[in-house]
Amino acid sequence: MALASSKDTATSKGSASARDTAPARPPSRTPTRGFWSSTIGKKTVMAASGLIMLAYLVAHVAGNLKVFFGPEEFNGYAHWLRVMGAPILHHEWGLWLARIVLLAAVGAHAVSAYQLSRRDLKARPTRYAHRRKGSSYATRTMRWGGIILALFIVWHVLDLTTGTVHPGGFEEGRPYQNVIDTFSTWYGNTIYIVAMLAVGLHVRHGFWSAAQTLGVGNARRERLLRRTADVLALALTAGFIAVPVGVMTGVVN
Amino acid sequence: MSYLDFRTGEPIADAKAPAGPIAERWDTRRFEAKLVNPANRRKHRIIVVGTGLAGGSAGATLAEQGYHVVQFCFQDSPRRAHSIAAQGGINAAKNYRNDGDSIHRLFYDTVKGGDFRARESNVHRLAQISVEIIDQCVAQGVPFAREYGGLLDTRSFGGVQVSRTFYARGQTGQQLLLGAYQALSRQIAAGNVEMHARTEMLDLIVVDGRARGIVARDLITGEITTHYADAVVLASGGYGNVFYLSTNAMNSNATAVWRAHRRGAYFANPCFTQIHPTCIPRTGDHQSKLTLMSESLRNDGRIWVPKAKGDTRPAAEIPEDERDYYLERIYPSFGNLVPRDIASRAAKNVCDEGRGVGPGGQGVYLDFADAIARMGRAAVEARYGNLFDMYERITAENPYEVPMRIYPAVHYTMGGLWVDYDLQTTVPGLFAIGEANFSDHGANRLGASALMQGLADGYFVLPATINDYLARHPAAEPVTDEHPAVREVLAETEDRLNLLLSVDGDRTPDSFHRELGEVMWEFCGMARTEEGLRTALRRIPEIREEFWRRIKVPGTGEEFNQSLEKANRIVDYLELAELMCLDALNRAESCGGHFREESQTPDGEAARRDDAYAYAAAWEFTPEAPVLHKEELTFEYVHPTQRSYA
Amino acid sequence: MKLNLRVWRQKNAGTEGAMATYEVDGISPDMSFLEMLDTLNEDLILRGEDPVAFDHDCREGICGACSLVIDGDAHGPERTTTCQLHMRSFRDGDTIDVEPWRASAFPVVKDLVVDRSAFDRIIQAGGYVSAPTGSAPEAHATPVPKADADSAFEHAECIGCGACVAACPNGSAMLFTSAKINHLNVLPQGAPERETRVLDMVAQMDAEGFGGCTLTGECATACPKGIPLPSIAAMNKEWLRARRKVR
Repeated sequence: MALASSKDTATSKGSASARDTAPARPPSRTPTRGFWSSTIGKKTVMAASGLIMLAYLVAHVAGNLKVFFGPEEFNGYAHWLRVMGAPILHHEWGLWLARIVLLAAVGAHAVSAYQLSRRDLKARPTRYAHRRKGSSYATRTMRWGGIILALFIVWHVLDLTTGTVHPGGFEEGRPYQNVIDTFSTWYGNTIYIVAMLAVGLHVRHGFWSAAQTLGVGNARRERLLRRTADVLALALTAGFIAVPVGVMTGVVN
Repeated sequence: MSYLDFRTGEPIADAKAPAGPIAERWDTRRFEAKLVNPANRRKHRIIVVGTGLAGGSAGATLAEQGYHVVQFCFQDSPRRAHSIAAQGGINAAKNYRNDGDSIHRLFYDTVKGGDFRARESNVHRLAQISVEIIDQCVAQGVPFAREYGGLLDTRSFGGVQVSRTFYARGQTGQQLLLGAYQALSRQIAAGNVEMHARTEMLDLIVVDGRARGIVARDLITGEITTHYADAVVLASGGYGNVFYLSTNAMNSNATAVWRAHRRGAYFANPCFTQIHPTCIPRTGDHQSKLTLMSESLRNDGRIWVPKAKGDTRPAAEIPEDERDYYLERIYPSFGNLVPRDIASRAAKNVCDEGRGVGPGGQGVYLDFADAIARMGRAAVEARYGNLFDMYERITAENPYEVPMRIYPAVHYTMGGLWVDYDLQTTVPGLFAIGEANFSDHGANRLGASALMQGLADGYFVLPATINDYLARHPAAEPVTDEHPAVREVLAETEDRLNLLLSVDGDRTPDSFHRELGEVMWEFCGMARTEEGLRTALRRIPEIREEFWRRIKVPGTGEEFNQSLEKANRIVDYLELAELMCLDALNRAESCGGHFREESQTPDGEAARRDDAYAYAAAWEFTPEAPVLHKEELTFEYVHPTQRSYA
Repeated sequence: MKLNLRVWRQKNAGTEGAMATYEVDGISPDMSFLEMLDTLNEDLILRGEDPVAFDHDCREGICGACSLVIDGDAHGPERTTTCQLHMRSFRDGDTIDVEPWRASAFPVVKDLVVDRSAFDRIIQAGGYVSAPTGSAPEAHATPVPKADADSAFEHAECIGCGACVAACPNGSAMLFTSAKINHLNVLPQGAPERETRVLDMVAQMDAEGFGGCTLTGECATACPKGIPLPSIAAMNKEWLRARRKVR
């Protein structure tokens, strides 16, 4: 039998084993009240940046649907985006402003998502030997969905903004034609539709999740928030997918 | 020499309780007690063993006062102490209902409920402090039940005529314990309490006649450690687990109090155990513990058994005129609401007659059919829904459709270490609080009084009285592991554990514990006889002898070893059980939870014998046979009467 | 009943563990899950093997000690604690997997026993009301609206078992932490420390290495006391509010 002898012999201070004052398992780091160092802080950043992107998507889908009113109106809308805010804003400044905000949101969203995911994986390094069906569905769709969307955005910008990987002749200022070009290829349609489904799933959990993170959620609002998330997800996905479907069916040509 | 050769020593008296009018005694004592200068308090270390209501509240309060507290619990967290399982509520003489309650009435009810075997001074203090406890707990954020006006709700409990029980649904113990745990946590964070979880006290260190520390085992590493202090407080709970099956938690044990007893602390009234009438009956030999169903069920449920012996028909097929509502029959005026001890004994009697129901015939029906017919299912559900759910989960029977089956079970031990008015044991510097001491409940505890006593001791009494001891012993000589007294205790502890590990026999610890429990339940349970107790006193040493020959404890002492923990606790049960039986044999009267069949009235009720037994029996340990010291009990304010519930 | 058990065996924190297979026979459907393990352990002791270590104490579902993941579910298939789970929830011949809580903040001590002291430290960081003994005002001095008292109680029911952490794919302790914050912050007695409480407890929770919340809801599904998922949103709200008020 091991015997730990007392090291401190003073009557008022006698103490014994090494485990005495030290907690059984010390915290892995020092607690801090900092915003960014907190999981809730990071989640707040994710929620806020997600909502900015969501607002952008709503505007984006509204603009996209103009494609159904013909090339003049669609191209005109695209042109307006560049002169948005004129005359007080210089040419394309409004657009760049939006792009900067959006880029910051994407960056913040991605960085917080990456850091939180790493933290989460570290917090639960060992899996259960007994695997259950359907567990952590939402978390996994959010993580993989997020990565799919990030890749899609790169392709999407290279395809329809810079034209780098655009099929056929990309023409600046002729977005209507460019859209038709993209959706005339099988892979353009496939990538786009898969990505839009991912958008739907991501928005569905993300919107509700953001409401919880920002503390808007409670038992009373639960149904309302869930419903709103469903409607937003469905409307965005349907709205976006309508364009390639329109091109494929010849409604848009 | 056997325990039967005990002798009677000098009488013992409580030297600390002041004289004078009873309502002023606590004030007088607090004034007379010496104080410790706040600046000097941090130089004093106080060991507190246990983190239940008494230990948790004491540790937090002593630390708030500036003492350096070193606290222990065998659980993985101080929040898990078994106080957490108390359901019903906590009494306090607030008189919020304006129904005639008062401190004096709570005092009176408690002395009478204890069948005149408690000290008046202590009980009165308890009643006085009860009101402060509620204030304290509310301030801590304990979510007591409230009424729509935002004020505290109360209910009546345990057969008293006033509504003085404060509650938090069926989880009052949990909420009060978490309040104490949170207060303790605050002091741990402040560095005033050094908390040792998963560390079990194995012995007491007494140096120059004073309690100076403990020997403990780190349950994770197996390391045997010594801890020194200026005073030691035991808040380690009751010893109901001697019976193997009880409503106590699996790991609740008697080691701390028994080891302290062996080191000189007198053990008082060990035979006073409370058997609670409404527990879920056991289903088979695999049963590891019993679950209590709140006593409140007896307000609306009717208790019955078949009139015929060995009637195995399902309850629904037994016609009304073949049922025996025996409590209503024997006690027409109190009916199903007779006190705990009477209800328990009546259930045992009908089962002994062969009229019990359920597996093994160890159960009686608690039937809600009439209540459901009278109030409607919804009203019954609102009142008892959570209890019915719990019952159904355990038994897989739906109590809305078939009657519940209940049977008595060991629930609480009124006996414990003898303490004076200051809660100090006969070992100077060793204090015992909560269920670990014997002081306030006499021979029977009233419902909702255990929580009150634990918190009164921990928050208010001990923190006031321990000052006096520390002030009178300001500069204790340092103690080290080299001190001969310490070496001896350490060696004994190690030898005991090593012996347990080395026997390598062919029986498991549980098998011995179960065997001991059966003997105790049979002979020292609800009804006791001289012959039975003598049988038990013969059987227990035999079991003990067999234990040391055939025990098998796997593994080593240098690791997390739950079998070793268990076996070491059984060592103490095997000794304590003998003292319980001896005390029961010596007390040839019936009082409260202690029923001697030889001492009953012609109609079968308990006959108390104040002429011969109006004393607390304080037992001193000697290596040969115990020595009995009697503390005479005098009643100046509540005059002893024979209880009658017919 | 006869059952096949696959149980996680690990000698101590410093060694690797593995699943071991045992056969238990003569199991009664009336046994609790822990009594079934008792039966196994009695056999193991007599065979000279090391019995399976697991935490347990009150065995009536309130102390929060028991902590087994049974077939991938914290506390097993029923919504209760392991000690209140009975063998009638299984079928004769079943193979049952028994594992410890898994989270890096809850390291395994031995077999099925884990170290949950991180929970204690979260409470120590602020899960209390500073009300030294003797300082309390008369209990009726501050009425508490019944709705608030009931809400506080609903959260105070948490038994600190850690099933929420075990069930969460991120090993997050948000449900546990939110339960205590919502218990105390809704009461007038808890108001003076409302901000520091949530900031400090969340900081400690993060420092202990628990994961973040991705709102999968697994915690609330596993919770034997039914602490609801919206508690987490309420804690987030308290945290954001405290961030604005405390600099």
